Amino acid sequence: MPTETTPRLELRSITKAFPGVLANDQVDLTVMPGEIHALLGENGAGKSTLVKIISGVLHADSGDLLWQGEPVTIPNPKAARALGIGMVFQHFSLFEALTVAENIELGMDHSGNRRTLEARIEEMATKYGLPLEPRRHVHTLSVGEKQRIEIIRALLLNPKLLIMDEPTSVLTPQEAETLFKTLRQLAREGVSILFISHKLGEIKALCHTATILRGGRFITSCNPAEESPKSMAEMMIGERLTPPERSDTDHSGVGRLVISNLSAPAESQFGVKLDAIDLTVRGGEIVGIAGVSGNGQSELMAHLTGERLAPSASMISIDGVAVGRKGPSDRRDMTAAFVPEERMGHAAVPDMTLVDNALLTSHRRNGFTLRGFINRLKSEGYAQIVCDAFRVKHRGIRHAAGHLSGGNLQKFVIGREIEHTPSLLVANQPTWGVDSGAAASIQQALIDLAQGDSAVLVISQDLDELLTISDRIAVLHDGRLSQARPTGDFTIEDIGLAMTGHEMADNTGPSEQNNTRSAT
Amino acid sequence: MISVDIVVLTIVSIIGATTPLLIAATGELVTEKSGVLNLGVEGMMLMGAVSGVGATIATDSWILGLLCAAAVGMAFSLLFGFLTLTLMANQVASGLALTIFGAGLSAVIGAPLVGKRVHRIPDLEIAGLTDLPIIGPIFFGHDPLVYFSLISLAAVSWFLFRTRAGLALRAVGESHDSAHAIGYRVIRIRYAAVAFGGMMAGLGGAYLSLAATSLWAEGMTAGRGWIALALIVFAAWRPLRLLLGAYLFGIFWIGQLAVQGLGLPIATEFMGALPYLVTIIVLVIISRDSTKFLLDAPACIGKAFHPTA
Repeated sequence: MPTETTPRLELRSITKAFPGVLANDQVDLTVMPGEIHALLGENGAGKSTLVKIISGVLHADSGDLLWQGEPVTIPNPKAARALGIGMVFQHFSLFEALTVAENIELGMDHSGNRRTLEARIEEMATKYGLPLEPRRHVHTLSVGEKQRIEIIRALLLNPKLLIMDEPTSVLTPQEAETLFKTLRQLAREGVSILFISHKLGEIKALCHTATILRGGRFITSCNPAEESPKSMAEMMIGERLTPPERSDTDHSGVGRLVISNLSAPAESQFGVKLDAIDLTVRGGEIVGIAGVSGNGQSELMAHLTGERLAPSASMISIDGVAVGRKGPSDRRDMTAAFVPEERMGHAAVPDMTLVDNALLTSHRRNGFTLRGFINRLKSEGYAQIVCDAFRVKHRGIRHAAGHLSGGNLQKFVIGREIEHTPSLLVANQPTWGVDSGAAASIQQALIDLAQGDSAVLVISQDLDELLTISDRIAVLHDGRLSQARPTGDFTIEDIGLAMTGHEMADNTGPSEQNNTRSAT
Repeated sequence: MISVDIVVLTIVSIIGATTPLLIAATGELVTEKSGVLNLGVEGMMLMGAVSGVGATIATDSWILGLLCAAAVGMAFSLLFGFLTLTLMANQVASGLALTIFGAGLSAVIGAPLVGKRVHRIPDLEIAGLTDLPIIGPIFFGHDPLVYFSLISLAAVSWFLFRTRAGLALRAVGESHDSAHAIGYRVIRIRYAAVAFGGMMAGLGGAYLSLAATSLWAEGMTAGRGWIALALIVFAAWRPLRLLLGAYLFGIFWIGQLAVQGLGLPIATEFMGALPYLVTIIVLVIISRDSTKFLLDAPACIGKAFHPTA
C-alpha cells in the first residue's frame, strides 16, 4: 500500500476567513495512504479550522480538496464519513446526558441495533486497550474516558483517513504506547492518519511526515525523525524556544498545605472515593500528582478548592489553619488560589469578559471591590496586566473569555491567580491541550511562583511536565495517593506503571522507600 | 355515604380533566427534548379550541374539527419556530408573545361562535365492555381522544428512547454544537419538534371545546397551557412521570371543583393554588440530587443555535 502514488488526501491552497481573522491562508497538505502525518502549529495556527474543513464541519472559501485523486466537495460530516474520513475531536462532541453507546450510535450512519453495537464497542475497547462501559452516562466519565469514546467511535467506521486531534493528551505513557501500536497497525493496513499533538517527542517517534502551520499559513514540511522536538517547536512558534528552567532551592520550608488522612465517600455511583490521603506541600516546592484522570483527581481537587467539604476540618490545613470545612472564598481569603481542570465553564465563564473573569476569583482582594461596588478601573487594569504578563493573545479585555483559544484562556486563568502571588496554588491539568510555547511559559510561571516561597501543587497526566517542574511526585490511583518522593527517584516507566494500578512496591524495593523517607 | 356512582363519576371527570393537559404536555415534551422552550402552549391551545369549534360547525364533522385544530396549532407553532429558529429571537419572549397573541386572536375569531353549541365528540361504545358496572365507564366509555392521549404518550416515549430519530432529537436538545459537528441538522429537527408540539397543543385545546364541553368560550383553557408546561418540569422530562403528574393535576383540578361544590371549609383559592404548590415542592425535592435532575433536563433548552461555529 505505501507504494501507491495517489495521495489519499490532497489540499490545494485552502483559504478560510472568519470575521477579523484569516484562519487558513492558502494551505497545502498532502497525506499519502498508510502515512501517519503530523499537523503541527500553536493554538490558533489554523489546525482546527483545516481539520474542520476536511471533516465537512466548515467549508473553505477557496481552494481544492482531492480525495484519492478526485476533486470532491465535503458538504457535511456525513459526507466525510461516507468517504471514509473519521474524526476524533479535540473539544469532545459528546452528549453528557446520553450513554456511551448512544453517543457512539449518534456518530455512525449504520449502527445496527443497540445490543450488537454494545458488543462491538466492547470488542473494540478490548482490542485497542481502551476500556469503556457502553451503558454508562457520559457525564460520569473522566476526560480521559470521554476521549476513548471519540476514538472508538471513529474506529468503528473503518476509516481510510483518521484525524486525531490531540489524542494522547489524556493518556498514560503506556496507554499512549498502546494507541501508537494501534495507529501503526492501522497505517500498515493502509489507513492514513492525520495526527495533531503538542507532544513533539511523540510525533518524532510516531509520524512519517509533519506539516507545520503558523498564523494560518503553511510554513514547511519535514521528517520528524530527522528533527528534534526543540527544532520542531521553534518552527511552530517562529522563534527560539526557552524551556522552563529551575534552580535548586531549599525545600525545608514550612508545610503550607497539609492534607492528613483525607477520606471521602464517592459522590455518585461512578465517583471515586478518596482513601486516607496524606500529603504535605511546603513553601518553595512544587509537588506533582500523577495519575490517569478518573482516579480521584476531580474529587481531590474539589476538596482542596472547598467545592466539596472534607468530613472534618483538620483533614486539610492551609498555613496551619484547618480549612477542611471552609468554602472556596474563605480559602482564597487565606491567599490560596486554584485553577480547575475545565477551562470553559469552571475556571472561566465563557460569556463574560476577561475583566469580569479576572474579577471573579479576586474580588475579595486588592481593593477590586469597595463596599460592594466594583472598582472598574482597577479590575480592568488587572485584566490587562494578566494579559500582558502572560502574553495572552486576545481581541481586547472587554471581549468574552469564550473567544480565546484554549491555550490563551489557560494562560489567562493561570495568570489571574499567579499575579496575586498566592501562598498556595493548586492547579489541575495546567497545560492540557496547550501548545508547547504556552505550556513552557505556564510551567515557568509555576516554577517562578514556587521560588518565591509559595507552595505549588500540580495535578497532571502529563508526566514529562511533572518530571520537568516537580520537586516531588506522588501517584493517585483509585482514590489512593502514594507517598510523594523526590522526582529524581522516578523514571517515566515507574510512574506509568503506578498510574495503571501496579503497586509502587512492585518496582521499587524497600531500599528506595527508605530513601524517600530520608529525603522527605 | 359516598355512593359507588359518585366515585365512578369522579374518576371519569378526573380523566376528562387530565386528557387535555396530557395531550398538550406530550407535545411540549417533544419540543423541549429538542432544546426548544415554547411558552406559547396556552395560546396554541386556545387557537386549537376555537378553530376546532369553528371547523366542526362549518363541516358538521368533529373529525375535521380536530384535524383543523391540529393544523392551526401546528401553524401557530411554526410561527414561533420561524421567530426563534430562523430569526433566532429569544424563545421565552417569543413564547410569551405567542400566548398573548393566541388569546387575543382566538377571542376575535371566536366572537361569532360564542353561545353556539356543537355536537360533543361521541364516546366510544364497545359492545359488552362499556356496559360493565364500574369498570365499563372507567375504562371503556370515553371519547377517542382519551385513548389517543395515552397512546400518543406511549408512542412518544418509544420514539424518544427506542428509535434512532428520537436519539437524534434528544442529542440536539442536549448539545446542539456537538450534534451539528457530527452532522445532524439541528434547525430542521427542532422545527419538526416544535411543529409536533403545536399540533398536540391544538388538539389539547380542541378537547376542551369539543369533548369536555361542546362550545367555545373566550379564555376557556383557563391556564391549562401553563399547567402543561409546569407538568414537564414536574415530570423531569420523563414520559411515565408525565402521565402520573398529569393525573395528579387532574385529581387536584376536580378536587378543587368538588371542594367548591360541596362547600367544604377550605378556601377555594388554596385548592386552586394546590397544584402549583405541589409542583414547587416536588421541584425542590427532585432538585436536591442536582446531577440526576440535570441528566433529565435537556442541556440546551431555550438556547439559540448559531450554526457558524
